[in-house]
Amino acid sequence: MNRLAWILLLAAGLAAPFAVYPVFMMKLLCFALFALAFNLLLGYTGLLSFGHAAFFGGAAYVTGHLVKHAGLTPELGILSGTLFAAALGWVVGSLAIRRQGIYFAMVTLALAQIVYFLALKLPFTGGEDGLQGIPRGFLFGVIDLQRHYAVAGKSLGLNLYYFVFALFCLGFWIVHRTIHSPFGQVLKAIRENEARALSLGYRVERFKLIAFVISSALAGMAGATKSIVFQLASLTDVSWHTSGEVVLMTLLGGVGTVLGPVAGAFTVVTLQSELSFVGPWITVIIGGIFVVCVLVFRRGFVGELGRILKRAL
Amino acid sequence: MKKLLARTSASLVALAAASAFSAPPKEAVTDGVVKIGVLTDMSGVYSALGGKGTQVAVEMAIKDFGGSVLGKPIQVVGADHQNKADIASAKAREWFDTEKVDMITGLLNTGCALAVQKLGGDKKRVVMVTGAASTDLTNSACTPYSVHYVYDTYALGKVTGQAVVQGGGKNWFFITADYAFGQSLEANTTKFVVKGGGKAVGSVRHPLSTADFSSYLLQAQNSGAQIIGLANAGADTINAIKQAREFGIGQKGQKLVGLLIFDTDIKALGLNVAQGMQFTSGFYWDRDNGTREFSKRFFAIHKAMPTMDQAGAYSATMNYLKAIKAAGTDDPDAVMAKLKSMNIADFFAVNGKIRADGRMVHDMYLMEVKKPAESKGEWDLLKIVKTVPGDEAYQPLSESTCPLVKK
Amino acid sequence: MSFQAVMSQVMLGLNNGVFYAMLSLGLAVIFGLLNIVNFVHGALYMLGAYVALLGFTRLGPLVGLPDYQMNFWVALVAAPLVVGALGMAIERTMLRRIRKFDHLYGLLLTFGLALILQGVFTNYFNVSGDPYEGKPEIFNGAVNLGFMFFPKYRIFAILASLAVCFATWFVIERTKLGSYLRAGTENPELVKAFGVNVPLMITLTYGFGVGLAALAGVLAAPIYSVSPVMGSEMIITVFAVVVIGGMGSIMGSIVTGLLLGMVEGFTKVVYAPASSTVIFLIMVIVLLVKPAGLFGKEA
Repeated sequence: MNRLAWILLLAAGLAAPFAVYPVFMMKLLCFALFALAFNLLLGYTGLLSFGHAAFFGGAAYVTGHLVKHAGLTPELGILSGTLFAAALGWVVGSLAIRRQGIYFAMVTLALAQIVYFLALKLPFTGGEDGLQGIPRGFLFGVIDLQRHYAVAGKSLGLNLYYFVFALFCLGFWIVHRTIHSPFGQVLKAIRENEARALSLGYRVERFKLIAFVISSALAGMAGATKSIVFQLASLTDVSWHTSGEVVLMTLLGGVGTVLGPVAGAFTVVTLQSELSFVGPWITVIIGGIFVVCVLVFRRGFVGELGRILKRAL
Repeated sequence: MKKLLARTSASLVALAAASAFSAPPKEAVTDGVVKIGVLTDMSGVYSALGGKGTQVAVEMAIKDFGGSVLGKPIQVVGADHQNKADIASAKAREWFDTEKVDMITGLLNTGCALAVQKLGGDKKRVVMVTGAASTDLTNSACTPYSVHYVYDTYALGKVTGQAVVQGGGKNWFFITADYAFGQSLEANTTKFVVKGGGKAVGSVRHPLSTADFSSYLLQAQNSGAQIIGLANAGADTINAIKQAREFGIGQKGQKLVGLLIFDTDIKALGLNVAQGMQFTSGFYWDRDNGTREFSKRFFAIHKAMPTMDQAGAYSATMNYLKAIKAAGTDDPDAVMAKLKSMNIADFFAVNGKIRADGRMVHDMYLMEVKKPAESKGEWDLLKIVKTVPGDEAYQPLSESTCPLVKK
Repeated sequence: MSFQAVMSQVMLGLNNGVFYAMLSLGLAVIFGLLNIVNFVHGALYMLGAYVALLGFTRLGPLVGLPDYQMNFWVALVAAPLVVGALGMAIERTMLRRIRKFDHLYGLLLTFGLALILQGVFTNYFNVSGDPYEGKPEIFNGAVNLGFMFFPKYRIFAILASLAVCFATWFVIERTKLGSYLRAGTENPELVKAFGVNVPLMITLTYGFGVGLAALAGVLAAPIYSVSPVMGSEMIITVFAVVVIGGMGSIMGSIVTGLLLGMVEGFTKVVYAPASSTVIFLIMVIVLLVKPAGLFGKEA
């Protein structure tokens, strides 16, 4: 993609809160980052994790708890959440990469379920009620993230929005750098043909594990940010439905494309919000999209677009 | 690139500065509409006792009030909180931020109620809880804009707990819904059981919406306690009572006591199963002419008699609108001041009063399920054993840990 | 920890265990021949229960016979047939089309199908569930086992499930039909050369596997409330059972299902809060010690 396109996207991101309800925009960004992190694993390493909600939600709880009870500033809270997710990713990854393919998916799913039960039972998580009332606090101890500005008759929480947008850009940059580094090339080689990568002398397991840790850390960053935005960490964040949702976002947008997960996340979250009036039918619609994607649309729409334009997006 | 960035942000700041509004003239009704949000369990374990019926009740109240207040229309929006605090909180935030909702009522789940009430406190919007039960709502979590309208775990635990202990049920084992509501109900009931000379010998926690209670029931049975206290509600309570019968529990010596029971639960269990059970309620449709008049109108629309949650939502909405009218504005501070100074007197609450901590204090009733032979109609389910005056049933204001209570 | 407490919880655990066994057995059969992790299995289990429930409450009025209530025994046959037919349609129209792609797509496709089914039922039915009232009268009451009263129906459900599991094992491991199936798993081309219609065999196998799930659903209906989420709660646990068992053998999935149900029950006595995690903890340990599972063959 050329520079102009990037600048346009950046400008759109900066101007978005004036056009769209900022809280909704921040939700989009959090899930987009989550999907980006997930795609690093599925799209560029060929590993399908069905338990990524554990990192997303786990970090949300850790961040929420530290910000609420230890008085950490939001950026330190999110950093702690991210580190926690990385550590958890190392543990889950070490266990899961012992199995391949479908087994890998099931192992991640089952391990994520343990995290779910911990979130339900540990004393600090608030059980079914979730961890509520997480303060947004002061960025670096000075910038009030709760502050709203009156713009054109609307009251907008711009401080928080630009903080979240900056985090998203940081995450996007990390993913982009990783994919285009020599390390990323090795990951792709593993995805294409694991045996060949092994015979070329790469320590495949090690590469897989590192990719897993980076991916879970970024998923954690997304979840941690979401807990600051919504002031709440809940069981939904760690449930396997969330794990499934991120798979859908990535698949819909385009596995193994840079912009696909972002587009997929935007589509799914927007659908959920715009179609909330249909009630439970939304699950049917999401499921239907899943099926259609797998049957006829395996490249996702960014992937299809890339194929038409004959370039990688 | 950098230059462009700087330029973009500079123009954005300019845009922001230019369009920032200078304070508009103050209106009596902000946004020209009074909007009430009904946020409740529409599809889950508690939906039978609240759900769409709660929205029906709120709509009835608006219609009875005349459809407008201070010359502005009254609207209602409804949503399902699915008993998930994150969904409740996100919906309420959206309502407050983008849909001009002035007051939220319903909230059938303590976790949801706590989240929404906190948000209402932050954003200065009125939240009138008719469903959730935990006393936290009027203690540490109270806000200047919150009202707890129908019942709470203190009143339920006190009235039922005392009655059972006086009847000889000294040793209790609790089967408790594992979230803020169940824990609060268990703790409050235990307090009054102990005060009355009884004791709690143990408890077990189950997740909200449990399909199979057998293992919990067997733990209760093996504890040897005289009383198995069910600190849960709705479909969970119904399931527990039914499965207890399958395993022959609650028939020899041991007795099951439901701590929060609604008419709809009794209806689902049938009088054969439920007869003789005692529990506490804030409302019964067949109490007097006023309750019957309302309930029959409600029945005509909803095809079921109102539960205390549904009748409470009607009363809360009605009194909220009355307060707006009396205050001459929908400004939340003025409305809350009115609500807390006026008397709540209608078919629902005979001598109601909203205290500084947000507790609406009104008479509570110790109910007993009729024997099948005593019942004269489909909904003729209960009789009132005892009326407990509000000041006796509810936590005294002096014990409230709500910071708004001046001591 | 009294003997009575342990025994009664283990009995209940066994009760859950037979359902784990039946579901993981179906998953194993499907996985063996189609190489698909059938995520929709839980939803089809739920569907089976709904066939029984709706057959009892709604079918009669729907077809103009307001007094007809589908008998429990009829449901036991009808539900697997209905769900099996639906399964075969799914296999013919969808799963077949993605066979040549990565196996992960099978998992994703069936996950989507699970969401659809669950969503449809959530829309019409309360997630807290409806009771199934069609339990035959001969199962009313309980049997005194000495340490507890155990409802007659649950005893029947345990025995019936065990019978179905072992019959399945017998057919697959000890009959000629089973040997074709097993050969089809190893080398489909060779079996085709023997004149066996492999695509048909695959379709029937899938139908049979999901039929087992539906049968489990009918058996479960009188015990648990019939709810749209009953399958999604179950499927994750069953996946863990499958990972522990290793999908290596039919017997492996049966035995693992039963054992883990009882372990869960036992944990309820020792430390109740851990009972929902214990299966997953066992899974971690098994993965560390024996990555291919207890009964699995090393790849």
